Amino acid sequence: MNIRFPFNLLFAVALMIATSLIGSRNFCLAQSESDSGNLEVKKVIHQVFPKVVKLYGAGGLKNLANYGTGILISADGHILTVWNHLLDTDHLTAVLDDGRRLPAKFVGGAGEAGLAVLKIEVTNAPHFSLEKVGRRGPGTPVMGFSNMFNVAAGSEHVSVIHGVIATVTALTARRGRFDVPYQGEVYLVDAIMNNSGAAGGAVVSYDGVLLGMIGKELRDRRSNLWINYAIPLYDVKQTIGKLIRGEVITNEQTGLPPVIKTVETLPLGFRLVPNVVPRTPAFIDTVVPGSLADKAGLKSDDLIVLIDDDLVQSCREFYERIRESKKGDQLRITVRRDQQLFTVEMIIPELAD
Amino acid sequence: MTNSNMKNNSHSADVRFLCFVVMLVASLCSHNLLAQDTLPASVKIAQQQRVETIARVSPSVVAIFPPSGKGGGSGVLISSEGLALTNFHVVRGAGPFLKCGLNDGNIYDAVLIGIDPTGDVAIIKLLGRDDFPAAVLGDSDKVQAGDWAFAMGNPFLLAADFTPTLTFGMVSGVRRYQYPAGSFLEYTDCLQVDTSINPGNSGGPLFNSDGEVIGINGRISVEKRGRVNAGAGYAISINQIKNFSDHLLSGRVVDHATLGATVRTDDFSNVVVDTLLPDSDAARQGLRQGDEIVSFGGRTIGSVNQFKNVLGIYPKGWKIPLTYRRNGERTDIVVRLLPLHSTGELLQFVQPPRPFENPEKKLKGKTPVIPGHDHPPFPEKYAHLYKSRQGFANYYFNEQHQKRLLSYLQAMGEFGKRNTKWTFTGTHQDGSPFRMVITEFASLLELPASKQVHLLDIERPETFMAGLNGEGMLISFLQLQRLLTQKKEGFTEFYYVGSEPLDGVGSRVDILATMESGREARWYFDKQTHQLVGWDTFIRPDVPECKIRIEQWNNDGQQHIVPSRWSLSSSGMPKSVFQADKMVIETIERPDDSPAPDKAAAPKPKT
Repeated sequence: MNIRFPFNLLFAVALMIATSLIGSRNFCLAQSESDSGNLEVKKVIHQVFPKVVKLYGAGGLKNLANYGTGILISADGHILTVWNHLLDTDHLTAVLDDGRRLPAKFVGGAGEAGLAVLKIEVTNAPHFSLEKVGRRGPGTPVMGFSNMFNVAAGSEHVSVIHGVIATVTALTARRGRFDVPYQGEVYLVDAIMNNSGAAGGAVVSYDGVLLGMIGKELRDRRSNLWINYAIPLYDVKQTIGKLIRGEVITNEQTGLPPVIKTVETLPLGFRLVPNVVPRTPAFIDTVVPGSLADKAGLKSDDLIVLIDDDLVQSCREFYERIRESKKGDQLRITVRRDQQLFTVEMIIPELAD
Repeated sequence: MTNSNMKNNSHSADVRFLCFVVMLVASLCSHNLLAQDTLPASVKIAQQQRVETIARVSPSVVAIFPPSGKGGGSGVLISSEGLALTNFHVVRGAGPFLKCGLNDGNIYDAVLIGIDPTGDVAIIKLLGRDDFPAAVLGDSDKVQAGDWAFAMGNPFLLAADFTPTLTFGMVSGVRRYQYPAGSFLEYTDCLQVDTSINPGNSGGPLFNSDGEVIGINGRISVEKRGRVNAGAGYAISINQIKNFSDHLLSGRVVDHATLGATVRTDDFSNVVVDTLLPDSDAARQGLRQGDEIVSFGGRTIGSVNQFKNVLGIYPKGWKIPLTYRRNGERTDIVVRLLPLHSTGELLQFVQPPRPFENPEKKLKGKTPVIPGHDHPPFPEKYAHLYKSRQGFANYYFNEQHQKRLLSYLQAMGEFGKRNTKWTFTGTHQDGSPFRMVITEFASLLELPASKQVHLLDIERPETFMAGLNGEGMLISFLQLQRLLTQKKEGFTEFYYVGSEPLDGVGSRVDILATMESGREARWYFDKQTHQLVGWDTFIRPDVPECKIRIEQWNNDGQQHIVPSRWSLSSSGMPKSVFQADKMVIETIERPDDSPAPDKAAAPKPKT
């Protein structure tokens, strides 16, 4: 008997199952809400607290917090966090749930996927096992743990807030509105989660399964809308494993969609300042003596404002423009130095990809 | 072949999958059916409980409006007589009378009682009923991260009919420390919630899931998103307010406290004393720079914030247990806390706005004045409920407490007028006899066994410290004589302070403060028995106070309740106990119209 069911019927049945699963999850939430003691949830919360650390590093300027959050992912003290401006220092400190302050070292980072792994010197650290990272769908009640607003100092526990996964979607739907390098799928959550210092925090299900990491704050400039999202960790487990081994990974290797990334400009003879915010001005950080740039007359602290006749408003725009050019192209670079404009010309050498 | 196999394989896979799906659907259906039969019952009960809780507490939630009708906040009723808690910043600048809306749709007049500008708390009294629906106060020390908490109030002043807005959320953290906004409004030991708290929620209650008040909502973290909730709201813990509630009911501008010491974290993460005022009680009791603070107020101290959290929940003048460690040795003391602010700093909060600063007044005549809006009508019958006096939010309520405490003194008997002589005879703790004579102009303590006589001459300040160990027992008893014979008239200042646990560890006592000739005294009345249980006399700022604690009162058979056994102590001095077998009360002749006694006739101390 050759029975074949059309795929769409199977799909419909699967959808029914999914819907009924979500339904039963909602019942669970209702039940836990109604429990005035709320004991199971509090037990989970107190299991999670020691697995989340507060991070202190670079920043402190307006809208650039010098505090953040990380998730312990190994007994040896590996910490998963977001790769942002906070890490741009040699003096990074992790404050553990018991109040211990330990120096943290950068181990590896995954390009503009925004993941970074740090390490502190501890043994038998309470941690989330990467093998047990989970994946959940819309409707799942979750809790976010973070160092939001740096409210919890010293040995105080991090803050916990509650919400529900509203949808799982790619932020690329908003490409052009949010200047976001991360282009994989994210959990959108209905709680106000992505606050100052919250990035790198843990999003955990009510049964204590690690689902995602709270992302950097993102705002749509036109609507002034801030979104609350977390990066699902299930899909990037392999990547995190590599980061723990000390690799710095580009986006191709993470399997995430390609994004504009930093171009190695050393063959040109200079480097820009670290690209820490979405619109970091394209200041020249260092110029190698005797290099092309040096001979052309570029100096450190010059602000690149034009390439040929195109306005360059950020490091990102500079890299985008450089990426388009080929070996042998002549480039006219205009920089601002002490309120004056200077223009130099350079022939593009071979650039590493 | 390969294709066929593939097809077969896929075929059998389809069948297996179908079976799986059918089974799953069947089990899920039964699960869902089951769920509808059983789960909703418990869910319904729980939901019903929640609905009932909210319905029960809603009538206690107050919408508070200043008489100008501009802005407003929230509050919560805590007694059937109409006492309600709110934030200081809700009533600031509103004047002594307010308008309050309840969910019965009615507007009630209310009068301000007391304010705590540092803790951002105020107590007001709603008027016109003696059966106001009051909320029950919970225990905020039991609140934990993960507890559900709901806020009620009037965010964005949405409720035109005063039905409170309800928001629901989770406790995000407890024992949070929030730095002062400016020099005031410091939130210590507060509750952090993800419950949506917004402008207008200020002063309103935070309830636990049983409908008990665990905090007063007052502050939110705002940063980039504008002045609306961004996931972190803060409530003043109700246990802090319980410490302050009698102080607030005194009608005063109440102050928070300092230890007279600053602390820092050392290299070993210990909290150690950094600097110390030499005149602070802590210093007098032996605390020194570099000492490690082990515990404070019964809580282990592991960070500077934890220390500040403890300090922030107590009124000035309270005595708090403190344990410190030096060279590995632990010492337990009970320290009296110093005021956080000067009187002048606090007075700014009760200055009424000057008329020319009021833009409304300037515009008067040009804009139409809504009747009853410019000068809101407060019924004449409530006018007596407000009395202005420097240092008080509303002196009327302090007077009521003064009358209450005076009635306790009255119950001790009629002690005559100023020309009174008290003679105590009995034994000191070592069994030796003593005789103590107290009169307004001269007092003495005789200890015949050791051939000592200590003399107090009211004209000679150097004798004020007279007593067994130079602690000022005679002047302390002279204060008692003054209190019992002259009552309020004997003092330049005479006011109710509030309450505190006696000596930091005892039962709650009401505190009466008096001042005469630069000498301050604090009198302690047991809240249960109304008995005077002791008093502290502050003779001079540079010497520790003399503490008298009456361990036993007796009836002298002539309708007087008199002290028959008391202890005497002072920081740095040994404690002594006196047992009086007899106290004789006599009237004496004062030297004619002469305020000063004949000094030459007074005996000299033999020490």
